[in-house]
Amino acid sequence: MELVTDYLEGALGDEERERFDVHLARCKGCRAYLDQMETTVRLLGRLPASALAPEAEQALLDAFRDWKTTSPAT
Amino acid sequence: MTYAPSRNETRLVDGLLAGDEASFEHLVRMHHESMVRVAQIYVSSRAVAEEVAQEAWLGVLAGIGRFERRSSLKTWIFRILSNTAKTRAERERRTVPFSALQSPGLLQEPAVEPERFLDLEHPRHPGHWTAHPASWRELPEERLSGRETRKRIEDAIGALPAGQRAVISLRDVEGWSSEEVCNALGVSETNQRVLLHRARSKVRKALEQYLEPEGSS
Repeated sequence: MELVTDYLEGALGDEERERFDVHLARCKGCRAYLDQMETTVRLLGRLPASALAPEAEQALLDAFRDWKTTSPAT
Repeated sequence: MTYAPSRNETRLVDGLLAGDEASFEHLVRMHHESMVRVAQIYVSSRAVAEEVAQEAWLGVLAGIGRFERRSSLKTWIFRILSNTAKTRAERERRTVPFSALQSPGLLQEPAVEPERFLDLEHPRHPGHWTAHPASWRELPEERLSGRETRKRIEDAIGALPAGQRAVISLRDVEGWSSEEVCNALGVSETNQRVLLHRARSKVRKALEQYLEPEGSS
């Protein structure tokens, strides 16, 4: 089970990956475990991306305008 | 290997140099939340992480005139962010053991408890699962995407040690490539994978405990 992440990342060598696949075909427990890991990753990717707070954005825009007026290059 | 910026990135940098507000706004929307998440690896309080990210943007503006385009803009921005965060962390004497990011440790952390497997000496099923992990495919999708499930995941991430939290946040939550994560955190590909593996295992286990309270060990 330690190889699951290497497997999903494509980091296993050809021979290792083949052995992993062969094992998966015969082992229901490991198939379920792999499936759980994949589901976990999928759910992680769907965590709501926190929205940039309007005050934070405004503060940054203000900083940008300050920088613009004081910077020699622009 | 020379770095070749995308046309979009070149436009953004040129826009910043010309004082174009839309370019800056675009950049902020792209990266700010990730920057807060990365800052939290070093300073842990979200409020302070927000300040660090804001300070980093000032650093970006101050330095954009000297940006040599030898690395990607994103890499450069996050380098400024990391430095700002580390400085702030040192000032507040909240040093994260950065060694945790470099070498995940020699201690073995099994992803699954050993008791879930039959002894290797077992007469008929050596090394087999004692009880199969359940298939989550049977669970209704609403359960998996529900607010409580999301909260459990967030809690699990929050409970992770800094290095694991960093990698899983950037790779799986923010969707960065492994190369981007290695560059941003200054870890090798192998270390990154070990951290990712441990983090995912812990989150999976937290989910299992929530989704199957009777079945989990």
